[in-house]
Amino acid sequence: MFFRENGQFKSTYRADMQLLPIVQDRWFMLGVIALAFLAVPFVATDYLFLSIINPFLILTLAAIGLNLLVGYCGQISIGHAAFMAWGAYAAYNLVQRVPMLNFLVVLVLAGLIAALVGMFFGIPSLRIKGLYLAVATLAAQFFTDWIFARVKWFTNYAHSGSVSTAPVTLFDWTLDTPRDKYLFLLGVLIVFTLIAKNLTRGHLGRAWMATRDMDVAAEVIGIRPVYAKLTAFGVSSFYCGVAGALWGFLQLGSWEPLAFDLNLSFSLLFMIIIGGMGSILGSYLGAAFIVVLPIALNQIPRKIGVPLSTAMAANVEFMIFGSLIVLFLVLEPHGLARLWAIGKEKLRLWPFPH
Amino acid sequence: MASIPVQAEPRATVEHEAPASRHRIGPVILAVEHVSLRFGGVKAISDVSFEVREHEVLAIIGPNGAGKSSMLNVINGVYQPQQGTIRFRDRTFDLMTPHRAASMGIARTFQNLALFKGMTVVDNILTGRNLRMKAGILAQALRIGPAEREEIRHREAVERIIDFLEIQAHRKTPVGRLPYGLQKRVDLGRALASEPDVLLLDEPMAGMNVEEKQDMCRFVLDVNEQYGTTIVLIEHDMSVVMDISDRVVVLDYGRKIGDGTPDEVRHDKAVIDAYLGTTH
Repeated sequence: MFFRENGQFKSTYRADMQLLPIVQDRWFMLGVIALAFLAVPFVATDYLFLSIINPFLILTLAAIGLNLLVGYCGQISIGHAAFMAWGAYAAYNLVQRVPMLNFLVVLVLAGLIAALVGMFFGIPSLRIKGLYLAVATLAAQFFTDWIFARVKWFTNYAHSGSVSTAPVTLFDWTLDTPRDKYLFLLGVLIVFTLIAKNLTRGHLGRAWMATRDMDVAAEVIGIRPVYAKLTAFGVSSFYCGVAGALWGFLQLGSWEPLAFDLNLSFSLLFMIIIGGMGSILGSYLGAAFIVVLPIALNQIPRKIGVPLSTAMAANVEFMIFGSLIVLFLVLEPHGLARLWAIGKEKLRLWPFPH
Repeated sequence: MASIPVQAEPRATVEHEAPASRHRIGPVILAVEHVSLRFGGVKAISDVSFEVREHEVLAIIGPNGAGKSSMLNVINGVYQPQQGTIRFRDRTFDLMTPHRAASMGIARTFQNLALFKGMTVVDNILTGRNLRMKAGILAQALRIGPAEREEIRHREAVERIIDFLEIQAHRKTPVGRLPYGLQKRVDLGRALASEPDVLLLDEPMAGMNVEEKQDMCRFVLDVNEQYGTTIVLIEHDMSVVMDISDRVVVLDYGRKIGDGTPDEVRHDKAVIDAYLGTTH
């Protein structure tokens, strides 16, 4: 089991460059996907879908998007919930104003609109980096909060300022139960994960990582910083736009601008920091951590019979959550994905020292 | 274009036919004309001109702070000089940019390693070929036929460079984990991957022991001999400079004080003064 690579010799570059070069990994991944499609829908309850699994899938998508920008291209953003908002409101307007569009087309268009906005707010990255860029992206957040609260056209002149959506219909399939939504979200997430993997191992991904690791050297080698940074902002915002549309239509159903506030931006940032920068797997792990932990902290004391008042439970939840984040960052600054990688590397040789 | 893709076993061939395969030194390929560069009040380079001929190995030497690295940075557009022009082949540039330099075939390595630390050796060298990779963003995202074939084609070219530099065992290692000497080779490999006409090497042998220096000299000369790549290098080790270079340019305090064959420069009064100091 632990000597898995033994005997698997690559005789072509195609075989060496495929996504999962080791046979066992490919079977494992197929098994996981089969489990997710065939077993989970029959085991999980509606509560589990609504409060954990579906949010996990959508936020993972957004986290992958943010990770492409921050983890792969090294450009920080603390306004990514804004691009989710653009995706959500773009989808809302498209569904309202052009009702005959298929929801898949709406998703792609919403993503493209978010990508345009993202590239616009990415322009400062051409001149500034680090903390200064973080502050500049904060402007995206505040501008977006403002525009969707004030410009009534975007909310179709809804009186309360919040918008609501009808259940999504895809061809003849109405996504009204949590299980239907889960299956659709799972499909979308798998496709977008594959795309992210492909992008990061293509020459665009190398341009991003080169810009992240050593921008002067990247430029000298012929990589245009303008191109690398703006495509990173574009693709990243595209992902977040799609995630935002899904969050609005399949998770919230009706929402107001506050649904995409700074807190959500920070949550996304926590996810990729805890999960692992520059790792797609890390986006999954980080999203799982952030989605599951608060609920677990809330449920566990009750389950094991510790009597806690609701207010007390809420406070303890915050305290433990915060300290766990700090603990994680101190123990493994490169996130859960690095822990996984280290474990795998150790198991390759185990039980021998080398 | 120098036809790169590097042969699999360069050393053996070189030893047999070293003198014969030497490219004849050709016409001027790159000329630096009256370049002056200031940072605020500090004059890094003042009115320096020199020429680089095709296929030659030119060394730039000089004491610390003489403006050698700045000179390379001017040539490939990282710094924009206040005065002067760069002539490459038949075109004259007032304003050189890194991207333009790279696409015209000027590559360089760095004094204090500027590798992409989080990426593997293969990926680092592949970035050197990014300029030649044309697949669009959608084709890459779906990794459909042409995008994948392009990746494979360039991977083959990179593997030839890996063979040439003898770093096969490390191809999948993140460069941050490699020892210094090997990182220097990867840096050279990344520059070679772009199949440059002119290769600028900024202290390729700094901090190496004798054996590593010998290896690096061999690589540099092999590149020059087999592909006719013109080489401009900065080096402090005089024995290396005298051995491998065809011509030497000496800078001191941002001015050019010597230019000629290694023997001429070695006996030049101004150069000796700059290195050993003068009695006043």
